[in-house]
Amino acid sequence: MTTMTTTAGAVTEQYCTFWVDDLFFGVAVEEVQEVLRHQPMTPVPRAHEAVRGLINLRGQIVTAVDLRVRLGLPPRPADRLPMNVIVRCAGEVVSLLVDDIGDVLDTGDGTGTEPAPPNLPATIRNVVQGVRPLPDAILLVLDVHSALDLPTSATDPTGGTP
Amino acid sequence: MDDDAEIIAEFLVESHENLDQLDRDLVELEQQPGSRELLSSIFRTIHTIKGTSGFLAFGRLEQLTHVGETLLSRLRDGEQEMTLEVTEALLRMVDTVRGLLDSIEQTASDTDPSVDVAPVVEVIERLLAEDRAPALATADVATAAALHGTGGDATDPTTSPGGQPAVPSVPDTSEAPAEPGWDGVDRRVAQTEPGEGWDGTERRTVVDATVRVDVDLLDNLVQLVGELVLTRNQIMQRTDGGADVELGRASQRLDLVASELQESVMKTRMQPIGQVWSKMPRVVRDLSHQLGRDVELVMEGHETELDRSLLEAVKDPLTHLVRNALDHGIEPPDVREAQGKPRKGTLVLRAFHESGQVVVEIGDDGKGIDPERIAAVALDRGVVTREQLARMDTREVLGLIFRPGFSTAEAVSNISGRGVGMDVVRTNIERIGGSVDVQSEIGRGTTCRVRIPLTLAIIPALVVGEGGERYAIPQANLVELVRIEGDDLARDVERLAGAPVLRLRGRLLPLVHLAEALGDSEPATDALTVVVLQSDDIRFGLCVGEVHDTQEIVVKPIGRQLKGLTMYAGATIMGDGRVALILDVPGLAQAQGIDASVAEASEAKTDSDSDATALLVLEVGGGRRAALPLAAVARLEEFPVDRIERSGSAEVVQYRDGILPLVRLAPAIGLSDTSGSDEQVSVVVHDVAEGDRLRSVGIVIDKVLDVVETAVVRSDVGRRAGVTGSAVVQDRVTDLVDLPAVVARAGVGA
Repeated sequence: MTTMTTTAGAVTEQYCTFWVDDLFFGVAVEEVQEVLRHQPMTPVPRAHEAVRGLINLRGQIVTAVDLRVRLGLPPRPADRLPMNVIVRCAGEVVSLLVDDIGDVLDTGDGTGTEPAPPNLPATIRNVVQGVRPLPDAILLVLDVHSALDLPTSATDPTGGTP
Repeated sequence: MDDDAEIIAEFLVESHENLDQLDRDLVELEQQPGSRELLSSIFRTIHTIKGTSGFLAFGRLEQLTHVGETLLSRLRDGEQEMTLEVTEALLRMVDTVRGLLDSIEQTASDTDPSVDVAPVVEVIERLLAEDRAPALATADVATAAALHGTGGDATDPTTSPGGQPAVPSVPDTSEAPAEPGWDGVDRRVAQTEPGEGWDGTERRTVVDATVRVDVDLLDNLVQLVGELVLTRNQIMQRTDGGADVELGRASQRLDLVASELQESVMKTRMQPIGQVWSKMPRVVRDLSHQLGRDVELVMEGHETELDRSLLEAVKDPLTHLVRNALDHGIEPPDVREAQGKPRKGTLVLRAFHESGQVVVEIGDDGKGIDPERIAAVALDRGVVTREQLARMDTREVLGLIFRPGFSTAEAVSNISGRGVGMDVVRTNIERIGGSVDVQSEIGRGTTCRVRIPLTLAIIPALVVGEGGERYAIPQANLVELVRIEGDDLARDVERLAGAPVLRLRGRLLPLVHLAEALGDSEPATDALTVVVLQSDDIRFGLCVGEVHDTQEIVVKPIGRQLKGLTMYAGATIMGDGRVALILDVPGLAQAQGIDASVAEASEAKTDSDSDATALLVLEVGGGRRAALPLAAVARLEEFPVDRIERSGSAEVVQYRDGILPLVRLAPAIGLSDTSGSDEQVSVVVHDVAEGDRLRSVGIVIDKVLDVVETAVVRSDVGRRAGVTGSAVVQDRVTDLVDLPAVVARAGVGA
C-alpha cells in the first residue's frame, strides 16, 4: 500500500486519528499515551466549559477536555458516549474527549502538511498545526498544546499564557 | 540547639561516607602513586571535612584536617612525592579523623582526650618539613614499591613497618564497609534482635542508622502505596457488613498494615524546610555585604516538613525571593534612617502548614512596592494593555511582577533585576502545583507568600455530598458541624442585605451554600447542615447537602486547565475509584467574597465575655449532665459496639492507624454505666501530651448534648473522684469532669 522508500526530506509521520463531529483529526503518535473507551467522570463546577470532568486513570487524576466544546462544534448527541484520547502535554496527562477513534495513519508518503485554509473557523484554525490532504479525507493535525491551553478565567489575571 | 544537632548528624553521615571512599582512594593511590585524579578526590574530601568542622567549631578536627589538606595539596601539585611514609601518615590521619567523628557523635564535641591528634599532626608536619631532604624520600619510595603487593595491610596502621607509634586506641566502630548501604541494613537487623551481637549496650551509630536510597525508588514506593491504599479502600467498602467474618478480619488487618505502610513511606520522603533554609543565613550575609545593607534574618517554622521533591523544587525560587527582598526591598541603612526606620532591616522567613499546604512567607520591612510604578512599567514594557490594567485591582497589579519580561530595577545588578527572575520563580512554583502572590505596603515592606501543596500528602478530610458528587474538606479547616432544623432555622438564619448569616452561640457566622458556590441555585430545604470552617482569620459556615464521613485522602494535583479555580486544592480518589474534588477553604472564601473583616466583626462580639469558657455538655449515666472544656476535645467519634476490643482489662478500639484506649466516663465519675446499651458508642477523643508527642484517649459517654460558651461559676457541690465540682450550665446543674483523673483510669499518663 505504502511505499517505504524514505526519500530525503520526507519524514515518516504516524498519526493517531479520531473524529470530532464530522472532522477528521490526527495527533502525532508520540504525544498519545493511550486510547480508552468512555470513563466515568467527576464534573468540576466552575471550570472552563470544555473541561468535562476528572477521570481516574490508574490512580492518576486526568482532566478530560471535550474537543467538541473546545472547537466550538455542536454538542454531542446525548446517546453518544465520548472516547478518551489520552495525550501527554507539558508534563501532564490530559484526556481529549472525541467521538470516534480511527486508525493509526502513516503519512510518510511525502505529502507535507499544508497550512490550514484561512476560511476555517478561528476556533478550529487556532488549534490546528496544519492539514494533510489524504486520498479519501482531509486530516487536521491537532496542535495539542494550543488545544489544551484553555482561556483562563477572569479570576486569575496572572495565569495568562506564559 | 536542635539545629546544631541536626547539622552535626548530617555532617557525620556525610563524613563517614566520605571517609570510606577515602580509604579506598588511599589504597588505590598506593597502586598508582601519581594519580592526580585520586589525589584531587582525596583532597576534596578532606577539604570538605575541614570546612565544615571549622564552621561547626570542631577545633581539633579542623587542625588535623588542615595539615592533612596541606600535605595533600602539595602531593597533588607534585611538590611532594608519594612515599610509604606519606601514605602511612595520611591513613593515620583518616583514622584519627574517624576517631574524632565518633567522639563527636557520642559527646557532640571533638575534645575527647582518648583521641590524640598531636602525634599525627606532628608526623605530617615533619613530613612537610622533611620534603626538603630528598635522600630520605627516595629511600621511602623503595620501601613503598616493596609494599605494593600488600596494599590491604597498609590500611591498618598498627601493622605499619614504619615503626611509628600506633594510633592511640581509636574506637573502631565501622570497618570501612564496601557497601555502606547494605551494611547499614544488616546491622540494623542484627541489632533489633535483643541479646544478639557481641555488645548488648551498643547503640546504633548515626552512620548505621541511615541508608541512602535512590529517590526514584522512593517515588515508586509512594506510587505503589497510593495504589495499595485505594485498593484497600475498595476492599474495605466491599467487606463492610459482609457475612464472611474471616474476610472481615483480614481486611481489617490489611487496613491497618496499609495505613502504617503508607505513613512510613510518606515519612521517608518528608524533610524539614530548614534544610533549604540552612543556606539562607549565608546568602543573606554575603548579599547584604555586597549590597551594603544591614539585615537581620529571622526564620520561623524551620521544622515544617514537606516532601523532599518539593523541597528541591522550591529551593531556587525561595533563594531568588530572598535575593529580591534584599536587592529591591530593604533599603540601605542611611535611607532607612532618614525615613525613621531602624538601620537594620528585617527579613522574615516563615513556614507553616495551612489547609493541607505548606505556606512559606518571605517578608521584609523595606520600601514596599508601588503599584502605580508597577502599572507604569508594565504598560511601558507591553506586559499589559491599558484596558487590562484598568480592570485590575491592587493585588492583581502587584501580581504583574511575576509576568515574563518584567523588572523594575533601575539598575541591573548581578543579584537580581534582569527581568528573568520573578516569572521563573512563578513558573517553578506553579510547576509543582503551588502559587505565589505578593502583598506590599509602600514604605512598610513586602511579603511574598508561596503556597506549596503537599501533592503527595495524605490528609484527613471530611467528605460531604452536594449535587450527587462528593467533595473533601481538609480536616485542618474544620471547626464543627452544626445542624439546624425546624423552628431554629427561621430563628437562627437571617439575611443581611441578602447575605445569609447564622447566629451561632452569640456570634454571626457568614454562610455559604456549597451548591451556590458550585454554580447551582441555593436549594430550598427545611434543614441546614453547616460545616463551620476556619482559615487564617476567616470563619464561615458552608451549607452542604449531606455529610458522609471522615477519611484519609491522598491529595493529588489537578491539571493546568483547572489552575485558575482557587476553590479547589486538588482531587482525590475515593474508595469506589471515582474522583472527588478537594475544596480549598481559603480559596472558597475568597471566591465567595468572604474576607476577614466579617470575621473580625463577629470576633469583637465575643471579646465582651472573654472570661467565658467553651464547654462540651454531654449526657452520661442515664440522663446526668456533665461538661468537659471544649479545648480538651480533639474529636468526637462514634464506634459500633462490636469494634470495641479488649487489651488486658482495658477496652480499646482500633482508630486512625493505632489503638485508642477507652475509658467509660460514668463509672469514672461514680455513676452507673449506661453507655453500652446502644449499637453505637459515643466517644470524646482527648489528646494527652506525653513528652513531645500526643497520645489519644477515648472517653465513652452516652451522647453529646451541646457546646456552650459560658462563664463557669464552679461550686464544690458534687465534688468527688473524677469530678472537680459542678456548675449551672444552661440552667441545669452539670458535673465538671476532672479530666486528668478520668484519663488516668485509662492507664495513660496525664
